[in-house]
Amino acid sequence: MNTADQYLKTIYVVQDSEDGPASTGSIADALGVSPASANEMIGKLEERGLAEHEKYKGVTLTDDGIVRARDALQTYCIIERFLANVLAVEDFQAEARELEAVIDDTVAERLDTIIDRQPECPDCFDPESDACACLEIAPTPVEPEKQ
Amino acid sequence: MVAVSVSQRVASDDQLARLLQIGIVLEEVVEARTHRHYQQLDAELDAEVETLLADAAEESADHRERLEALIEGLGVESVPFGEIESLVDARYGRTRPEDFDDVLYDQLCNEETAYKFYDDLIEAIEGSDAVFSIDREELLTTLTTIRDEEAEGVREVTEVMERR
Repeated sequence: MNTADQYLKTIYVVQDSEDGPASTGSIADALGVSPASANEMIGKLEERGLAEHEKYKGVTLTDDGIVRARDALQTYCIIERFLANVLAVEDFQAEARELEAVIDDTVAERLDTIIDRQPECPDCFDPESDACACLEIAPTPVEPEKQ
Repeated sequence: MVAVSVSQRVASDDQLARLLQIGIVLEEVVEARTHRHYQQLDAELDAEVETLLADAAEESADHRERLEALIEGLGVESVPFGEIESLVDARYGRTRPEDFDDVLYDQLCNEETAYKFYDDLIEAIEGSDAVFSIDREELLTTLTTIRDEEAEGVREVTEVMERR
């Protein structure tokens, strides 16, 4: 997932939780970047027709931006579910955040063929827990191979 | 909401090991799906497609072993093939190919996905100044060889598809 997609996903989730335009400060906080960096990328997203920025109000995704943001969120959910249910990673949220930049959508689609994602994804994403609300942690984790 | 990383770099042994594990799973998925194609379409497969699938399965097994050797150097366990095979079996009904074209298309997706994965991984390693506990040159050489073989695989499948 590239940096633009990470921003789109974040704006989508912040917009949803703030029930309106996402403030630059909230976006920067959520991404762990400076407001200046966030502003720069928001400008690029505007140029590409993916977001609209209104001074003192915040950022709103366009229809095209929403489509890409939802795809990015879905990719993130696939990575989380794969880590939790196939590799039995305990802190799957932290690892998904580390890995999402390196995992492309096409790779995530392949991983999606061996996980049991719910049809409502990504609407079931819960920003508080930073995970899918339907995600069940595997009761019997994959046994490590004997060396 | 928790802050996310916007860097496209591999920063630690743990992160590298996890990405190599994902590579192993992708190779296992290819092996398991190819095996299923054999079973499902056994009587209908012609020699060309059969050879293509056999070579692909063999290549995936070889890639898997090379990745396993790398993660062994990082002191991390592999992902058991049996587990992945049963997951592929469990989900296979949703994506079962109906004919040759589907089998070839699925194989093309396998090769393209693997190529993209290794290409991104190489870029992320090259963009990082992290010191890993395995030899960086050996790591990059192995991954580059695997990536180039995937590129060759894309070319081979595309040629077969174009002839049909």
